[in-house]
Amino acid sequence: MARVRPGSIPASISELSGRHLEDPSQNRTGTPDADLLRAVMEASGEGVVLCDAGGHVIMVNSAATRIVPGVTPGLPAAWGAVAVLFDRSCPVGESRRVTYGERLIRVRRETFGVAHHAWYLSDVTADHHGSGHLPGGCRRSEFLVEAGHRLSASLNTRRCARAAAELAIPFLGDVAMVLLPAEHRKARWLRATAGVAGVEEGVIAAAATGEVPGLVEALDGFPPVPSRWLDPAQAPGWLLPTGFGPAAHILVTPLPGTGAPAGALLLARRTGGPPFDEKTESLVRVFAARAGAAVSAAMLYQEQSATNAILTSDLLPPELPVLDHVELAGSLRASQQAGLIGGDFYDVYQSGAPVPSAPHPAAGIPVPGDTRSPRTSAGDREYGPGARGVRGREHAPLVILGDVCGKGARAAVLAGQIRHSLRTLLLLEDRPERLIELINLSLLASTAPDSYATLVLATLRPGDDEHLLVDLAVAGHPEPLILRADGGVEEVTARGSMLGALERIDLDPATVDLAPGELCLLYSDGITEAFGGATGREMYGMDRLKAALATCAGMPAEAVVQRLEQLTTAWLGHGEHDDRALLAIQAPLAGRRASAPRTGSERSASRTRSGRSAAPVRHPGTAVREGGR
Amino acid sequence: MTDLGLAADLSATTERHLECIGQADEYGAIDLLLGLLDEGVPAERLLLEVVAPAQRRVGDLWAANEWSVAREHGATAVSERAVAAVAAKVRTSPKDGRVTVACSDGEYHQLPTRLLAEVLRLRGWQVDFLGASVPGFHLVTHLHQTGPDAVALGCALPTRLPRAHATITACQAVGVPVLAGGLGFGAGGRFARKLGADGWAPTADAAADLLQAGLLPSFPAPLETLPHLADARYAQLVKGRAGQLSRTMRALTAAYPPMASYSDQQLESTADDLGHIVDFLAAALYVDDVPLFTDFISWTCEVLRVRGVPSASVVLGLCLLRDELHDLPRARDILAEGIETARSAQ
Repeated sequence: MARVRPGSIPASISELSGRHLEDPSQNRTGTPDADLLRAVMEASGEGVVLCDAGGHVIMVNSAATRIVPGVTPGLPAAWGAVAVLFDRSCPVGESRRVTYGERLIRVRRETFGVAHHAWYLSDVTADHHGSGHLPGGCRRSEFLVEAGHRLSASLNTRRCARAAAELAIPFLGDVAMVLLPAEHRKARWLRATAGVAGVEEGVIAAAATGEVPGLVEALDGFPPVPSRWLDPAQAPGWLLPTGFGPAAHILVTPLPGTGAPAGALLLARRTGGPPFDEKTESLVRVFAARAGAAVSAAMLYQEQSATNAILTSDLLPPELPVLDHVELAGSLRASQQAGLIGGDFYDVYQSGAPVPSAPHPAAGIPVPGDTRSPRTSAGDREYGPGARGVRGREHAPLVILGDVCGKGARAAVLAGQIRHSLRTLLLLEDRPERLIELINLSLLASTAPDSYATLVLATLRPGDDEHLLVDLAVAGHPEPLILRADGGVEEVTARGSMLGALERIDLDPATVDLAPGELCLLYSDGITEAFGGATGREMYGMDRLKAALATCAGMPAEAVVQRLEQLTTAWLGHGEHDDRALLAIQAPLAGRRASAPRTGSERSASRTRSGRSAAPVRHPGTAVREGGR
Repeated sequence: MTDLGLAADLSATTERHLECIGQADEYGAIDLLLGLLDEGVPAERLLLEVVAPAQRRVGDLWAANEWSVAREHGATAVSERAVAAVAAKVRTSPKDGRVTVACSDGEYHQLPTRLLAEVLRLRGWQVDFLGASVPGFHLVTHLHQTGPDAVALGCALPTRLPRAHATITACQAVGVPVLAGGLGFGAGGRFARKLGADGWAPTADAAADLLQAGLLPSFPAPLETLPHLADARYAQLVKGRAGQLSRTMRALTAAYPPMASYSDQQLESTADDLGHIVDFLAAALYVDDVPLFTDFISWTCEVLRVRGVPSASVVLGLCLLRDELHDLPRARDILAEGIETARSAQ
């Protein structure tokens, strides 16, 4: 039997939950909490006993309690007569069969890091006696093993429901429909039909569930009504696929969840098929319990990741706006495997820019990863001071790239605070030096520990002859680089103190004049301090970055950012890395500025903020965003 | 659709598109494609019969040293924008099927994968395109969150195969079948099969056909292990990569006099080339396939030849590497084949 072997899968759920158990504060994007972990364990067909390094039980699922009732969280697993099952001298990952009382138990141990291990238990007494001993028993247990395996694979509600419907036919019925709990007075269903490939999906009004006898009760979690009491003639049209004909027998079974009911399973058999006997009904109940646990875990996960996505959405890099006379491209790769967010950040501010709004009408499909969906519409393209439609103070477009102390969620929150402070400050103040002083003061006043940051603040002004002037204020951050049209690379001389450390800061700003095609590159030290290379221990360094940038002369900004990101990724190899941020500001080449606005040329990442089904689908961990025209 | 749309030979358009992207003429490229779209040429044909062949030519032009790296990257970026413009012009209404499209971890050649994403979208799939170099963990998180019917995984270079394998396994473990595509999976998709992908398609339209026909299992088949990996040679090679490279570089400097006058940058390029050789060797070990390595060596010899570097230096580098890998017999056998290939390229 193929089974998810947590250790063999990169950063699997088990690994995550292991981390979570060690440090509850590190609940990052998508990291399950204890409830979810429990639900996932419950969804497994096998008994699972999760232990700490000392062999004390942390969590145990009900399948394991059925096999070994005495196992209790907090106590050692190997205790008294049960010790024969939990023998830690046996090799990890290998199954062995142990006689326990009158039963034969298959046991396997898996480790999760040094701190945790889990025991997987199955009662294989029946298999051992052979299929002749229990007629149908072997098929039943094979069915349940397969069900346990498939149902525990996914944490997605739709996939779980689909697996449940597909598993149920033809073994349990000719048609199987899984009806999920209603949301906003609508209930989603998935239906599998024997002899038909794939599944059908749809939505019915929650009120329509009253048309199936016993369904409302099942959805409320009441015990199932025996099939013989249900009149198949009363089944509404939506229950059966077209062309199926009338059903001879129907069976409605609740999917019991780990908290609230997880929907219902509806089974139907054709005319001429056998009725649902008591034995089948009891098998369906066991199956429904597993399916319900899986669907319920998935629903919990979807809800948590949706909430998490809302909480972190403002911490993700913004989609870069379209600005006249400026080409912008950025890329951000967060260091942490599980997280999409980190301490590196960038943002772009324009006066009068509308607040991020609903996706473009064409945005049916989110395109994360390389989205360049402009937030502005064509009418909002005014540039620089004098722009109309201003809600606060007018200011030239402003670009910021920075790096706060630390990594992961904590750093991302501080980075988010800086971005938001700046948005507010810009309503009152537009002098770069003053803005930086104010950010410094707000960091000094912050109660968060280690609230230090370095950043570059760039103000963009149009110059003569299609040139672009960039006023740079650099606060403790690596100096921006300039790529000239001839491939020459210069370091900007602007310098200044880091923020959040001292009340008095020194700034030495500089202005850079970019001719068409020339580019100013902002980056974080994660780029230059990337360790890797041929030896695996060498730092990428400023010289390599400059040499790499020199090869990019003539490329559009997004190609430059992609290439630099690719080169540093290749340099890192498989090694661990810090957050890496890149942002290129380019005066566009004349040929690229003819016509054809890019507005709406890409679909924006949809950010549905309600419901559990539509979690934001931004590409985790990476974001090459492009703007400009 | 008009007869014009079906009959038009698009090879002349490919030339014009190539010209536009070669000059980083974004709007020229967009106008060209959108004009044909207005004339009734189907979007899918524009993507697969204009953009895709032009992109292959871009790669060839770079290999032949006719285009610089900058021009190649600029052209690719313009192609991307042209694809986006075509995609935005065509409205589609997604049906029930949902597919996640991603490049494998470390893979930055995203245009072919993007073309697949757009073709699927045009055919009415709901598509989540995750872009270049998607770490396996992120992909799996995405699968849990969105629950697609399949993952389409693109891999352009065989050196990404070991990590692609981990990604395939991880997707299958969460119950989502994987459709593999891209040159990295080898001619005829032989590595896709070997690494347990549930399906493989040579082109974007073939991939769309395969998905539409429902040819992928709804739940992936159990995985087999790769028996040849039992000798742990792949792991050994990857683990020792840094040491092998620096020792081989030293030996090469001693054995190849012109290197004494190399600039730092030339030395770094040489180290990069050696690094690629080791990575391809590792990939060949991983999938147990000698042509994977020898094909790369022929290609490298050609790329270096047009840049004035003789194949003799490749032969020398390979020989030194073979001496270095004295305790890896399977790697040495593959290197011996590579040396033969490099010799015959002279």
